[in-house]
Amino acid sequence: MAVKLPIFMDSHSTTPMDPRALEAMLPFFIEKFGHPGSRNHPFGWEAEAAMERGREQLARLIGARDPKEIVFTSGGTESDNLALKGIAEMYREKGDHIVTTVIEHRAILDPCRRLEKQGLKVTYVPVGSDGIVDVGEIRKALTDKTILISVMFANNEIGTIQPIAEIGKLAKEKGIVFHTDATQAVGKIAVDVERMGIDLLTCSAHKIYGPKGIGALYVRRRAPRVRIAPMIDGGGHERGTRSGTVPVPLAVGFGQAAEICGQVMAEESARLAQLRDKLQDRILSSVDETYLNGHPEKRLPHNLNISFAYVEGESVLMGLNKEVALSSGSACTSATLEPSYVIAALGVGAELAHSSIRYGLHRFTTEEEVDYVADRTIEVVKRLREMSPLYELAKEGVDLKSIQWKAE
Amino acid sequence: MAYSEKVIDHYSNPRNVGSFAKGTPGVGTGLVGAPECGDVMKLQIKVNLDTGMIEDARFKTFGCGSAIASSSLATEWLKGKSVDDASKIKNTDIVNELKLPPVKIHCSVLAEDAIKAAIKDFQEKWVEKQAAAAQTT
Repeated sequence: MAVKLPIFMDSHSTTPMDPRALEAMLPFFIEKFGHPGSRNHPFGWEAEAAMERGREQLARLIGARDPKEIVFTSGGTESDNLALKGIAEMYREKGDHIVTTVIEHRAILDPCRRLEKQGLKVTYVPVGSDGIVDVGEIRKALTDKTILISVMFANNEIGTIQPIAEIGKLAKEKGIVFHTDATQAVGKIAVDVERMGIDLLTCSAHKIYGPKGIGALYVRRRAPRVRIAPMIDGGGHERGTRSGTVPVPLAVGFGQAAEICGQVMAEESARLAQLRDKLQDRILSSVDETYLNGHPEKRLPHNLNISFAYVEGESVLMGLNKEVALSSGSACTSATLEPSYVIAALGVGAELAHSSIRYGLHRFTTEEEVDYVADRTIEVVKRLREMSPLYELAKEGVDLKSIQWKAE
Repeated sequence: MAYSEKVIDHYSNPRNVGSFAKGTPGVGTGLVGAPECGDVMKLQIKVNLDTGMIEDARFKTFGCGSAIASSSLATEWLKGKSVDDASKIKNTDIVNELKLPPVKIHCSVLAEDAIKAAIKDFQEKWVEKQAAAAQTT
């Protein structure tokens, strides 16, 4: 079977919708359009029932005891903001210190910066060269003023999975609220807020084959009851935590997507891990001086992040982007000219951070696509190596560190 | 990010990729940028020592597509120019020709630096050497 181009292999950014999730949503646009807050007529009742069903489906996926613990938001970014700012405000009397890590998503780091401007203190714990945070380092960072620990479940670039249950245990021991941004993990690997001692959890529908425009924040209601100050005031929706009409079709799609993930997760993750390993083996065995970023085992099954020494990431993407959609941690892909802070945090050196490429497999990825992407990656990297002055110098035996580079 | 057609053309069909054999007469080499900044350009000119004209040019670039295109274009422009005229190539000329967006202007600056470095190296290696040789004979 011929491969259909372009191939989407950038599933950490978003996932294609599962048609079953879309199908579940459709009646809730025209036919069943009611406002879930309308208490006095059947339009409202059926909308509310559908929204609550979505809430239950999502609660089940993450092991929440009570669907009431799910607060719908506009997406992962809002959920992260709500968790950080909501705790900072609610627990102000208790303390003013937050502990997080250096490799968090910008939706955590940017709110932290803002809170710092408002006088809070934030400790950014480093990670090891494998991208894993040392729980001992988190313990050391805690003070009697610490009100929140926020550590991502799995990283969006290197897929590294953090020791969440251990951190949850530590948080419980110290009586500190524990938030995890699980946007990349939910629906892909087992996430259980009860077993892992998670108090607040961020997730997003469009990363789990659901629609864009809706996310959720899990907020623990028992043992302990966690309270957060709302960021958006209005009609008191979502039990006062997040005002604004819940978009019922999106909540339905989110719930349906969550339910499907729960059903297929074991099989799907095994299949994707196998394809990912094939992609990895083919590339690493065909191109010299390529390096796997992140932990080789403790990572998402569909994630692969590789640095190709001596070639710059964006130039690799440019050679592929008509056929394959990938992402790079390199400078020039984003509005900023900095290389990936996540790869840099691994201590690999800025030049390798400029050379990283991220592959994200998904539910609809085929083996033919994996073969095609491997072939094209190898071709493009080899072509660019022939054009690279660094590769030439390295082949001549010159130590690149011995050269006095004249930066602009 | 959308690239201009000219950037795509130079990236896909780079002109004058390569290096001159070591010790080739009249060759000047510029190596600018830094790996940790994400771009390094090596640009070489080969000057006819009798006429002072640039006969040939080569480049190798580690960097994004715009950096590759900027250096490829530079080699195209250098060929057939006198060393003097070559030194008048400005980064803004490259920006205009390739329609580089603001975030990519540094690529053109690097290409101009590479041209200047290659000319300087040529002058140190060949012009000053010839002058010294002329004095001793």
